Amino acid sequence: MSNTNIVADTDESFAKSAGKQLLIFALAAIVLVGSLMWGLQVLASMVGSSTEAAKAVDTEAQSITIAIREEPPQLNSALATDASSGFILGHVMEGLLRMSMDDQLEPAIAHSWEVTETHATFWLRDNAKWSDGEPITAQDFIFSWRTALLPENASEYAFLLYPIKNARAINEGSMSPDELGLSAPDDLTLVVELERPVAFFDKMVTFQTYLPIREDFYNATEGRFGADSWELLYSGPFMITSWVHGSSLLLERNPYYWDNERIHLNRINIGYITSDAGATLNFFKDDKIAYTTLLAENLTNALEQRWHIQREQDGTVFFIEFNHREGRVTENLNLRKAMQLVMDMEELVYKVTKLPGYIPGESLFPGWLQGVNDKFRKEYPAPQLRLNREKALEHLELAKQELGVDEIPEIVLLSGDNPISNIQSEWVQAVLKTELGIDLKIDKQIFKQRLAKMTAGDFDLVLAGWGPDYDDPLTFGDLFASWNLNNRGRYASDEMDVLIARAQESVDPRERMEAFAAIQQLAFDDVVLLPMYERGVTFVVHDQLKDVKRRVIGPEIDFTNAYVVDEDS
Amino acid sequence: MGRYAVKRLIQGVITVWFIATATFFAMHAVPGDPLSGDKALTEKIRANLEAKYGLDQPLMTQYAIYLGNIAQGDFGISFTQENREVNDIIREHFPVSATLGILAIVFAGLGGVLWGALTAIYRNRLPDTIIMFLVILGISVPSFVIAALGQLSLVNINEWTGVSILPVGGWGTVWHMIVPSMVLGLGTMAYLTRLMRSSMLEIINSDFVRTAKSKGVPPTQIFTRHQLRNAILPVITVLGPSIATITTGGFVVEIIFAIPGLGRYFVQAVQQLDYTVIMGTTVFYGAFLVFMVILVDLIYGLIDPRVRLE
Amino acid sequence: MAELKLDANAFAPIHQEQEIQSISRPSLSYWQDAWIRLKANRRALISLYLIIGLLIFTFLGPVVWQVDPAQQDVDQISQPPFADRTVTLVTEYEPWYGEGAVAGEGLRFVEDPTTQYIRLVWDELPGAAGGYRVYRNLFPIGPERAYGLPLIETEPGKRFFEDRLDLQPTTYYYSIVALDAAGYETESVETISGDVTRVITPSEARGRGLLAEGENAAVGTQFRLATHPLGTDYLGRDMLARLMHGARVSLFIGFFAPLLFVLIGVIYGSIAGFVGGVGDQVLMRFADFVVALPFLLFMILFKVVFAIGPGESGIMPMLLAMVILLWPATARLVRGQILQIREEGYISASRLLGAKTNYLVLRHMIPNTMGVILVTITFAVPSAIFTEAFLSFIGMGVAPPTPSWGSMCNEGIKTMLTTPHELIFPALFISVTVLAFNLLGDGLRDALDARMRGRE
Repeated sequence: MSNTNIVADTDESFAKSAGKQLLIFALAAIVLVGSLMWGLQVLASMVGSSTEAAKAVDTEAQSITIAIREEPPQLNSALATDASSGFILGHVMEGLLRMSMDDQLEPAIAHSWEVTETHATFWLRDNAKWSDGEPITAQDFIFSWRTALLPENASEYAFLLYPIKNARAINEGSMSPDELGLSAPDDLTLVVELERPVAFFDKMVTFQTYLPIREDFYNATEGRFGADSWELLYSGPFMITSWVHGSSLLLERNPYYWDNERIHLNRINIGYITSDAGATLNFFKDDKIAYTTLLAENLTNALEQRWHIQREQDGTVFFIEFNHREGRVTENLNLRKAMQLVMDMEELVYKVTKLPGYIPGESLFPGWLQGVNDKFRKEYPAPQLRLNREKALEHLELAKQELGVDEIPEIVLLSGDNPISNIQSEWVQAVLKTELGIDLKIDKQIFKQRLAKMTAGDFDLVLAGWGPDYDDPLTFGDLFASWNLNNRGRYASDEMDVLIARAQESVDPRERMEAFAAIQQLAFDDVVLLPMYERGVTFVVHDQLKDVKRRVIGPEIDFTNAYVVDEDS
Repeated sequence: MGRYAVKRLIQGVITVWFIATATFFAMHAVPGDPLSGDKALTEKIRANLEAKYGLDQPLMTQYAIYLGNIAQGDFGISFTQENREVNDIIREHFPVSATLGILAIVFAGLGGVLWGALTAIYRNRLPDTIIMFLVILGISVPSFVIAALGQLSLVNINEWTGVSILPVGGWGTVWHMIVPSMVLGLGTMAYLTRLMRSSMLEIINSDFVRTAKSKGVPPTQIFTRHQLRNAILPVITVLGPSIATITTGGFVVEIIFAIPGLGRYFVQAVQQLDYTVIMGTTVFYGAFLVFMVILVDLIYGLIDPRVRLE
Repeated sequence: MAELKLDANAFAPIHQEQEIQSISRPSLSYWQDAWIRLKANRRALISLYLIIGLLIFTFLGPVVWQVDPAQQDVDQISQPPFADRTVTLVTEYEPWYGEGAVAGEGLRFVEDPTTQYIRLVWDELPGAAGGYRVYRNLFPIGPERAYGLPLIETEPGKRFFEDRLDLQPTTYYYSIVALDAAGYETESVETISGDVTRVITPSEARGRGLLAEGENAAVGTQFRLATHPLGTDYLGRDMLARLMHGARVSLFIGFFAPLLFVLIGVIYGSIAGFVGGVGDQVLMRFADFVVALPFLLFMILFKVVFAIGPGESGIMPMLLAMVILLWPATARLVRGQILQIREEGYISASRLLGAKTNYLVLRHMIPNTMGVILVTITFAVPSAIFTEAFLSFIGMGVAPPTPSWGSMCNEGIKTMLTTPHELIFPALFISVTVLAFNLLGDGLRDALDARMRGRE
């Protein structure tokens, strides 16, 4: 056609003017979006939820910003069970005694104490006050402990109070709460009658279930105690001044705290709540938070950033637990032995999990536990395992004969649905297949379903972990008692029960440690479990933030002694 | 019109009932139970907990109580956040998700129209090629990859320039909203761009545009009055259903950008088998979507004469 | 007046010399025509070839590349493609407790560093009352004194350390820092660097098939480790094999979920459309209910309800959940089409000619809705693949060790900074597949749209 040029020409000018028009629209759109966002923000701020745009650390204000993985479900110390509640409670509450920076027991609200075979007595200091200025009395502890034991409150950690006389019976509803072995001769003296001798009762009172709660305040909240910042009364160095659910918490100095000279920080701003490790790392990189943990996959990046990386034990032991119930193939000792002889936990830690904090598992008892004079594992080293495939195959043959099968049937490994359990269960599967020719099915379940299946005994192997509740080897030692409900594999042996009873009842440290050593040996010989590793954390703290303490027991990170220094120092 | 609206509303209520019922029975068919925790429970304590949440009642009684409560707008108490009501959780977190969703839709809608029109005008030339390439990326790359890459590039930009231009995550100010909502709206934007482009192309070649041109109507007027206006119609039609995809698709963005929205709560609740939160959130979202769709339909009926409401 | 003479011949029919009207080209069926149109659409055609290529990759790939996707090669973890594969034979591992004197001064290696272990000894540092902390770094230590990864704290008397943590054939910078009595780091530091060689023990070599059973080779012999064309993942599994097997999962869900729910939708929709009246009303109301269920929320819910049993891959529950939730859209579409076709003239004509219902459905209804259905399926494939990937991302996807592109992406995203290939490959496969299906869908829609016929 002859007029193509003309058409193209007009098209060109048309496109130009249309383009101009579009530009105008675009500008209008930007203005529109901007004002819309502003409007929405105003709207949103009326219903709450905002993150304070704070810096990671502020020297002037002595304030820091951090992120936590999960929001505490609630902060009633009598009911709290999870790590994030423990973390917050550790900063806003203080009990009778606490752990010092070098992990020694030190006086807190009690200035002195005494533990005998029948009684424990705590003398409270007279200047300890609640965040409303009222004094903290022995009655507040009695009320709190009784509340935790009331059957209708169904506190999961009530069992930690069982050393107190009649506590168990009250918790099980067979005795009146008034019978609890607690008394207060005066406001500042708390006398605990013990059910049986407990050598480490003073260490137990550092646990969150032993924190005080004031009765009149508790009753005034009408069942919502601990659900919001104003429904809590604080006895610790900080108090929650703002709690925006799902988004942020602000901890500020508690003016009534008795030991305020110890505290340097004015504010701890928990600005972000996210379980995404990558996001947390990015916040740290962007100088938004003062602390982050590192995963194996971020290590190279952290090195590149020239961060000062630290590592610490987190106290938890991870292991493969066997199902010892009748009718399960894993009930067979030779099969368990065969597995024990081929699983190279060093390979698991050094080549699969790849984090510097992790220690290959050798024992049910982690290395940090205190023995008589030194670390328990120094005094009583764990039995050494020499991997041996030939011997493993011999045991496997024996197992097949005993079970009367030609091939070991497929066994089931119950596992969590988080990435780390994935890697580990895939590794276990590969090892058992290549070394022993055993087929393993992985049963990956979400948290609650995994627990339900563990309780029901619906597994052969399960990847499990156990963290300490108090600072004594017994917190691990009684795990495989036949009467312990947390013994999910239902391992039952009289020998084990006798040893545990001895460790529980004795007050002689030497005798107790001997008993734990015997438990350690028995767990190895009888292959009750396969210790995989002691978990560690690899983390980075902002260069200007000093004296941050990671703890094995209690709040996992402790900022109470921390302070912010100038950039140059 | 009035009768039609009433009819739709009644249908909506029945639909919500259906959603509630489906959720309830699905939830109770889940193996495992919400009461198990890290530490094993004694029989006694378990029984106490079951009584507290009414799990000791027969299933049909529980269902009746549950329906009764929903009718009163009460979703009960959370299992994991023991002292919080599900209503509180929704009230606090839904506005965040909604804000994110609305912004994402606005981004998607405006962006889609703009890019679509632009590509159509500059058909087969450089802007067209570039934008269509981006559109293809937007359509074919999974949202979580985009979200993670988006956050990563933010960090790198902030690091490179030395100032925090935009926050990497969190929520609260206008600046927090920009990147997450763009990431959330990207897929839809890509889709709308394609739609706009093809509808625009169709209209550019249509008779009435040619007529207008030959009549000597000024190009700007042709563009705005004839082309843009008509081309936008199909885009608006699909915007309604997009609301559903976007508002429920916010999980990923909420997780990665640490935004306290309802989606993140839902995923958490599922992991924890928090019955009440799961049921509350699902029913609430379901009801929200149902009534949004009704609303959108009614609005169409009002603004577009070609749509006749029976 | 001339007489009109008529004979019988005049009444004979005129012999038709030529056809007045003829079909100049061979008659084309609907599908032939569609195919021609599709062939003309270059993008759609390329997409079609891509999809065929993907299918070949998925089904023939594992035949050609016979590597077990679950096989973990712990020597080559997270290796990018084309990484160096040479490996030197060393003796079996023997535990070491610092015995044996090592010549030299200060911080030094006991032997040349290898990936089996790196052994360090050092002389006493001033001020090491609280022992030492050993660090390892990938970069030289700068003025900011970031020593790298802390590996261990030792007691003052213990001046040796064996590192076995995730050793890679690269250069390491080790530092030891003296700790004061309270455990704080002091200024006294020593640093050493060394290049690590990749090694293997005879037993490992046998396990990897580099040495035959019973065969021995001299220490120092060089081997080449197994080839991984696309590198390995975080457990040292072959990426290529995992991508192939992951493709099975992703494409299985991608194909079968749409196929199933479209099938159900077609049956349901055609019943509703054909029955009409009250039945239609009831059926469609029910479909409306199901449509109203928030998709992703219910996907997650159903995934939890149909719990994955031990050893199961979790594909079936996902498939089932998708089918349950997605059929109504097709049902609506098909019903609409059927209602429309029912009113068409050719149906009435066919009825007049005595066609039975069966015949009508099979001959007219279904073929005429086929186009729409096909297009629906094509567009449903990418969204099913996306859904799988999304569920895997939030940890509700297939169970390990079953690979799927989505779960591979999810794993890869964590390491995208250090080993981008673990994210790039699966993401690329998802993107290409999704794109191919989208473009093919566009092409099919254009090709099958009856209104487009006859228009050039």
